[in-house]
Amino acid sequence: MHHVIIGAGPAAVSAAEHIKKLDARSEVTMLAAEDVPPYSRMAIPYYLVGNIKQEGTYLRKNADHFEKLGITVKHARASAINPQAKSVALSGGDSIGYDKLLVATGATATKPPIPGIDLEGVYNCWSLADAHKIIEKATPGSDVVLMGAGFIGCIILESLAARKVNLTVIEMENRMVSRMTNRTMGTMIKDWCVDKGIKVLTSTKVDRIDAGDGQAFAVTTNTGDKIPADLVICATGVRSNTAFLDGSGINIDMGVVVDDYMQTSVDDIYAAGDVAQGKDFSTGDYYVQAIQPTAVEHGKVAAQSMVYGNVQANPGNVNMNVLDTVGLISTSFGMWMGVDGGEESELVDKDNYRYLNLQFKDDVLVGASSLGMTQHVGVMRGLIQTKAPLGEWKDKLMENPTRLSEAYLAGAQAQHQNNTA
Amino acid sequence: MTTPKTLILDADKCTSCLQCEMACSLEHEGLFSPAFSRIKVFEFEHGKRSIPYTCTQCEEAWCMQVCPTKAISVNSELGTKVVDESLCVGCKVCTMACPYGTINYNTRSGKVTKCDLCGGDPKCAEVCPTDAITYGVAT
Ligand SMILES: Cc1cc2nc3c(=O)[nH]c(=O)nc-3n(C[C@H](O)[C@H](O)[C@H](O)COP(=O)(O)OP(=O)(O)OC[C@H]3O[C@@H](n4cnc5c(N)ncnc54)[C@H](O)[C@@H]3O)c2cc1C
Ligand code: SF4
Repeated sequence: MHHVIIGAGPAAVSAAEHIKKLDARSEVTMLAAEDVPPYSRMAIPYYLVGNIKQEGTYLRKNADHFEKLGITVKHARASAINPQAKSVALSGGDSIGYDKLLVATGATATKPPIPGIDLEGVYNCWSLADAHKIIEKATPGSDVVLMGAGFIGCIILESLAARKVNLTVIEMENRMVSRMTNRTMGTMIKDWCVDKGIKVLTSTKVDRIDAGDGQAFAVTTNTGDKIPADLVICATGVRSNTAFLDGSGINIDMGVVVDDYMQTSVDDIYAAGDVAQGKDFSTGDYYVQAIQPTAVEHGKVAAQSMVYGNVQANPGNVNMNVLDTVGLISTSFGMWMGVDGGEESELVDKDNYRYLNLQFKDDVLVGASSLGMTQHVGVMRGLIQTKAPLGEWKDKLMENPTRLSEAYLAGAQAQHQNNTA
Repeated sequence: MTTPKTLILDADKCTSCLQCEMACSLEHEGLFSPAFSRIKVFEFEHGKRSIPYTCTQCEEAWCMQVCPTKAISVNSELGTKVVDESLCVGCKVCTMACPYGTINYNTRSGKVTKCDLCGGDPKCAEVCPTDAITYGVAT
């Protein structure tokens, strides 16, 4: 059985290793478009800061890791697939045949269509190649404009601040990380950044970028500001890498549409990770979550289906994020924005930058978000995913949400006693 | 394969003396500071009931699977999931992925910490005066 995996990111590596674990005799080939060993985009910010070398971003540390497992890493870009012939065309002109195929091509950062966006010196921060260019230009004291303060933007923000650049962040929305914060929490994150000397312009759009005198650009906003910049980084959005699937007959919406077995609309072709529109645990809808934990979990489910057939359904992946914004740690889980007919418990401590918000449906935790919390944050996922009824603890949490770990443990103990009784 | 030994936690015997937290933070951080302990005692009903709580070295190893830099690996002899601080970048993804909340970010080191059974000689079990924490094969 030959399993071909297009991609070499976390989803691909997770799938490849699980396939080998489930069926040691199968043949596994990973196609890697980038000319580096399989690496993790998530680790790029730490490479930018200089905490790790390029090798520190590699998903597996031993050079012969994949070879030892019998996984072939082939550096080639897939340009098209032919489901009838069960083959993948490679950009060099070759092709490779498969029995089962996994599309794990991830996503690509996009750029908004504004004048000057294609100037040299306006970069995304998505790949190791981008990181190399940014490291060269983001020197201490240089003027840097970061477009976009979404999740990825905020992660890069931290690294740029650590590089001691003169940073201006421009965000279209009325708050930072709107994908994981409500207005209160998003505003607290902004206040924190401003307090740390970072200029943050929310509800602001970049209208154009002009090559100025000498080296610097002028970044013009819709409010008429002209901001000088030696470097502009664009973190305004991403798009799933599906273009090469055009004409294959595979159903594509925001990403590759998959069922609960991670199979696409075409037999024997699966998809996982940032490219896949998979089931969301909380809503049951199919959605591109584009996060590391989901990429890894998708890879595992896909591997199971590719080896044993479509038998073990994915219950859906809990959407979750953790973010460190120049030292202020935030998390969000599941339906952090609440659900119809639900209730919320909120603790706001602006002076100490602490915030906790729990969302309930009846006595079940369905979502949560936090600021300034580092201990036992995982229990939020635990409670959401197990849908554990909180019983009397629901009222206690309505009164004081910080007793969450206690509530979790009380429930876990009760469960344990039931099981051993 | 023999079943590896684990920490056996008996909440009924725990008096909330916090010796375990002290021993843990001393062993791993070189200071007496329950805030940096990897085992945590939770008190209920104003101290009438206490529960010592830490990583069970679970089979699924959510933290290990999700880690983007392969900073967590299995010690095959002890069955522990161990963080290699030189590889951990401090991204905290494992802390939210672990549904038990037993791998936590350490603001001192900028990395994560979790129970590693002190390499096979867990100090919390050694100091616990009531045997609320023992180290052995779970039955
Ligand atoms: C700076 C940054 C910070 C991030 N921080 C976080 C974070 O803190 N938490 C979090 O949960 N997520 C974070 N993410 C998102 C996370 O990195 C992604 O969700 C994750 O990488 C998705 O994995 P994947 O395998 O689906 O895709 P990718 O990692 O994008 O991998 C796709 C792979 O496919 C290859 N490929 C693409 N097209 C082809 C082709 N045609 N042929 C062959 N190969 C191809 C690519 O080269 C790559 O190897 C971050 C992302 C970035 C950029
Ligand atoms: S915090 Fe460290 S151990 Fe945890 S997932 Fe990130 S790199 Fe891995």
